[in-house]
Amino acid sequence: MALRRHRPVPGFSLTMGFTLTYLSLIVLLPLAGMVVKTAGLSWGEFARTITDPRVIASYRLSFGASFVGALVNAVFGLLVAWVLVRYRFPGRKLVDVLVDLPFALPTAVAGISLTTIYSENGWIGRWLQLAGIRAAFTPLGVVIALTFVGLPFVVRTVQPVLEDLDLEVEEAASSLGAGRWQVFRRILLPAVLPSLVTGSTLAFARAVGEYGSVVFISGNMPMRTEIAPLLIITKLEQYDTAGATAIAVVMLAASFVLLLAINGLQQWSRRSTWA
Amino acid sequence: MEPAEHVGVKAGRPSAPRALSEHPAVRWTLIGAALAFLSLFLFVPLAAVFVNAFQKGAAAYVQSISEPDARAAIRLTQLIAGITVPLNMVFGLAAAWAITTFEFAGKNMLVTLIDLPFSVSPVVSGLIYVLLFGLQGLLGPWLKEHDVKIIFALPGMLLATIFVTCPFVARELIPLMQAQGSEEEEAAVTLGANGWQTFRRVSLPKIRWGLLYGVVLCNARAMGEFGAVSVVSGHIRGLTTTIPLYVEILYNEYQFAASFAVASLLTFLAVATLVVKSLIEWRTESSAS
Repeated sequence: MALRRHRPVPGFSLTMGFTLTYLSLIVLLPLAGMVVKTAGLSWGEFARTITDPRVIASYRLSFGASFVGALVNAVFGLLVAWVLVRYRFPGRKLVDVLVDLPFALPTAVAGISLTTIYSENGWIGRWLQLAGIRAAFTPLGVVIALTFVGLPFVVRTVQPVLEDLDLEVEEAASSLGAGRWQVFRRILLPAVLPSLVTGSTLAFARAVGEYGSVVFISGNMPMRTEIAPLLIITKLEQYDTAGATAIAVVMLAASFVLLLAINGLQQWSRRSTWA
Repeated sequence: MEPAEHVGVKAGRPSAPRALSEHPAVRWTLIGAALAFLSLFLFVPLAAVFVNAFQKGAAAYVQSISEPDARAAIRLTQLIAGITVPLNMVFGLAAAWAITTFEFAGKNMLVTLIDLPFSVSPVVSGLIYVLLFGLQGLLGPWLKEHDVKIIFALPGMLLATIFVTCPFVARELIPLMQAQGSEEEEAAVTLGANGWQTFRRVSLPKIRWGLLYGVVLCNARAMGEFGAVSVVSGHIRGLTTTIPLYVEILYNEYQFAASFAVASLLTFLAVATLVVKSLIEWRTESSAS
């Protein structure tokens, strides 16, 4: 048996005790409270709430618009990461810094700003209007807001993978006669795929629960542009705690599934980076 | 202007083989498309905040952010961040120390648990406290009996903010401390330093930049949190209204210029956060090379 490595650094019980106490009070206890509250709902009541057409419409919008936003981010996030890593152009450093803006900018600020520029008289909305497209107060507006909140995830997960790519493989491929497009499809895309999927899933997970940036631009029309988190708040304001809880439990379950999926994806990325 | 050239394998290599670079037209098209996308979703929204904030002139701007309600919102936001950030900093340090220095069962689960608040919808984060402390909540009757108000009051807003922002410092420190290992700490202890001395003299200097960034990010989120705080605040103007909630109130009252003026304060904070981040990255990169 190998010698057990001696770990003389103290502080285990102190730091571990504090961490567990803090997490229990702030995270576990309230979540347990929610489980208890949910258990108090009757099955019929729960099923009625979450199969209500208005609730179903809100789930469809939250998940559907998040999915579209994640797809947009997958395509353009890859493009932005590629351009930032491979090309030099004026202002590149500034662009690189600003990509993180959606992480730092409060969602309410993003919400009012996006609404203002994408509404009929706004800087961008005006041009969309000419093309016959309404963005603000339509599902498209929801997609725009959710694309904004998810934007850094794909760029920041793909960027380091692109930076670490070994150019020799590309060199070998092109010396064997592969064109740039073939190199991209056969070599680059497979290499970045795990990080691309991980980043898009992170963006999707973030978007599903998003509230602040969406409520301004969506217009919040029931059945049409009402997202699930907003419906939770509406139910709460009507003192329908049970209804709010039922909707929230489904959202929370989705978060857990996504969290597990992301953990799995990250392991996949790590494995394929090492390979 | 520096030309758009292809970047070689590693900085320092004069130029990549011809076959490895795209045609300039393709290159510029890709750059153009990326910048167009970022303009639509980042640059224009950022610029719009400031343009709209100053649309009625500097005097109106100053007036908007110095109204009594605005000042109350700023004070409340500072108070919440002032309590939340130190608590989450201590938590982040303790969690990162425990996770990176010691081996124990269930470590992965603990890391996942710390990440959990990131994946929960802000609205659900607020709701869990309503279900616990609200009038119809589990502890609601008891709290009412003892005349303790948590929901629609400061304690609820604090709890919601702490919940949402508790992963930030830990998230920043764990990978950093994992990469650095704990050999130096072990050496310090072997040489007779106690735990506190080891932390202060050995660990803290190694992680201070990561810690600083985690704290700055945590602060930006604590000041800007909207959804979770919105659920537990009750929106009592001048009393339980933080800056983001006040932005919403003004916006819904069609006071757009004032709303953007107040929002610009948080935007300055966000930009400052990004500046700190790049300064730290620039520092770590230059000290590494």
